[in-house]
Amino acid sequence: MSDVVLTFDDVHKKFKRGEIHDSLRDLLPALTGRFLRRTGNLESREFWALKEISFEITRGEAFGIVGHNGAGKSTILKLLSGIMRPTKGTIDVNGSLSALIEVGAGFHPDLTGRENIYLNGTILGMARREIELRFDEIVEFSGLSDFIDTPVKRYSSGMYARLGFAVAAHVDAEILVVDEVLSVGDHMFQKKCLDRMNTVIQNGTTVVFVSHNLQAVADLCGRSLLLDRGQMMSIGPIEEVIQSYMGLSYASRNREGHKARIVSVSLRGEDGANMRFDSGERAWIDVELEGLADCEGLAVVLDMLDRSGYNVFNTSTERLGEEPFSLRSGSTYSCSFQLDLNLANGAYDIEITVYNYGTEYVFDTMNPAATVYVNTGVEVRGVANCKPKVTVRHGAAPASPMETPGA
Amino acid sequence: MLEHLKTLFRYRELLYMITWREVRIKYKQSMMGFLWAIFMPLIIVAAGILVKYAMAHVAQKPFLLSEVATISVKAVPWAFFVSALRFATNSLIANTNLVTKISFPKEIFPVASVASQLIDFLVASVALTVILLVSGVGLSLQVLWAPLLIALLVLFTVGLGTVLSAASLFFRDVKYLTEVVLTFAIFFTPVFYEVEMFGKWGTVLLLNPVAPILEGLNDTVVLHESPDFLWVGYSAAVSVILLTAGYSFFKKAEPMFAESI
Repeated sequence: MSDVVLTFDDVHKKFKRGEIHDSLRDLLPALTGRFLRRTGNLESREFWALKEISFEITRGEAFGIVGHNGAGKSTILKLLSGIMRPTKGTIDVNGSLSALIEVGAGFHPDLTGRENIYLNGTILGMARREIELRFDEIVEFSGLSDFIDTPVKRYSSGMYARLGFAVAAHVDAEILVVDEVLSVGDHMFQKKCLDRMNTVIQNGTTVVFVSHNLQAVADLCGRSLLLDRGQMMSIGPIEEVIQSYMGLSYASRNREGHKARIVSVSLRGEDGANMRFDSGERAWIDVELEGLADCEGLAVVLDMLDRSGYNVFNTSTERLGEEPFSLRSGSTYSCSFQLDLNLANGAYDIEITVYNYGTEYVFDTMNPAATVYVNTGVEVRGVANCKPKVTVRHGAAPASPMETPGA
Repeated sequence: MLEHLKTLFRYRELLYMITWREVRIKYKQSMMGFLWAIFMPLIIVAAGILVKYAMAHVAQKPFLLSEVATISVKAVPWAFFVSALRFATNSLIANTNLVTKISFPKEIFPVASVASQLIDFLVASVALTVILLVSGVGLSLQVLWAPLLIALLVLFTVGLGTVLSAASLFFRDVKYLTEVVLTFAIFFTPVFYEVEMFGKWGTVLLLNPVAPILEGLNDTVVLHESPDFLWVGYSAAVSVILLTAGYSFFKKAEPMFAESI
């Protein structure tokens, strides 16, 4: 499996902030300036959109690229699809590549769904005969057979996206590059897209998948790259990358280092230290802090995240009505959060952060500070436990909605 | 250049689809549909007749029916040239979404713009044939030069359109400049008049590469003479040089399109 289809070798990409000279009037001064300029260095308005990016993707791999907005994900896509060229470094693509940077890019509003399938299919690199062969399949997948002869300008945005994805998902390419496509459509359609992507991957297509939807990346990709402000933060198995992604959420904020420290976070139940709980059980989280220098206006923030990184719950000393506190070098502080774990089956990470709401500075963060495993005893999905019960009655429904059984 | 042509051939389906899209969109939701292809040249021909008629009146000469043929045979290709060039110049900007999002040879856009206008031109040519038959200029073997001259015009338009599309992507001035020049270019080009009317100054007019082509069309189709090979050769040389240079400029600039648009 050392069949490398895609290589990024020390790729850099430089962009300009603000307006590039857009009219001839601005060009002349810019040109004279060019003679005095040395290349390779950053000018005041330039910045690195990507820096020192190196990775390889092997044939048949499903590779994810994750990162916050502005991390450089789309720039990577544009580079590997050949829309842009790197400022420095080399990119090797070995095989036919089809890139879908935006669902339905290339749709023309005045054309009908049918016409757009042909148009968009050709744009994505399909031959007309191929499209003819797959036409029914595409329409079927989109679920828009009733509207296929309607101009797409009359489509809802959901329908638009569905048709766009349907076309893209039926392109035969050795390497398929998709950007955020799974954030479109309703829940049902997203599931359909995921299934389709899984089929594509199983058929041996190399898929590069870009998203900030961690759940989707985790479901599809084995290996992934985490970007932060143009740089590689981590690359490797998806679980590890997701861990680092979580860490980034606070790390990427303003940071006031070495002023306060989280000494310990411990989790306990009614019977002492514990990490396995039944749903609805009470848990306590004890936090101990130590001051390393003078700092004030502090609060302890507690976040609870499910395994896909979704923030299930957030509170803090300040939100619970406690006054902001101060620390001096050597002083300590401790607090204890009491939580009723009304959660569905699953594992939840607790993240503790020392934070100043006024200045938005992060003083220290521990993630995961603890993990709770929750068991509801009954089969439920999601994150909340609504304590479900169901009553089945054979025959007609009761005449009055007030007529509840046992009442 | 050969390499570029190969690429273009490889993407012929896309070229066909984009051309088809342009044609399709233009006539969607329009009541006249394909009649538009005739309408625009018709207006120019009508304007030409008016000008010629006025000139004949001032010169106290009779207005001949064959003049209509002369005007038509020049005005219809001119209408093609103007709209194709205008369309091609805007083609990249108008397709920002595709330029920044999908990778394929971008010269498809200016080329498809010219191609879609060429289809209009072919429709108008049918009408033109009718005019020629009615005006009774007759037919000779010299008419066989006409397709070659038209091909030359297409070559020149593609060359110029390719350069202008890329240039206007970087500098929007080019777009406005093109508009202005195209609006008044009809006065500098022998569409409503003949080069010989200017005597020795006619040579200056012929430096405009479109002029020898239009004159050539008039010579062959209406006057049944052979074209002025020297000047047509000049146009051909300019067209080929422009196309080659313009194309390679386009390909050089292409990687910068997505971030500069």
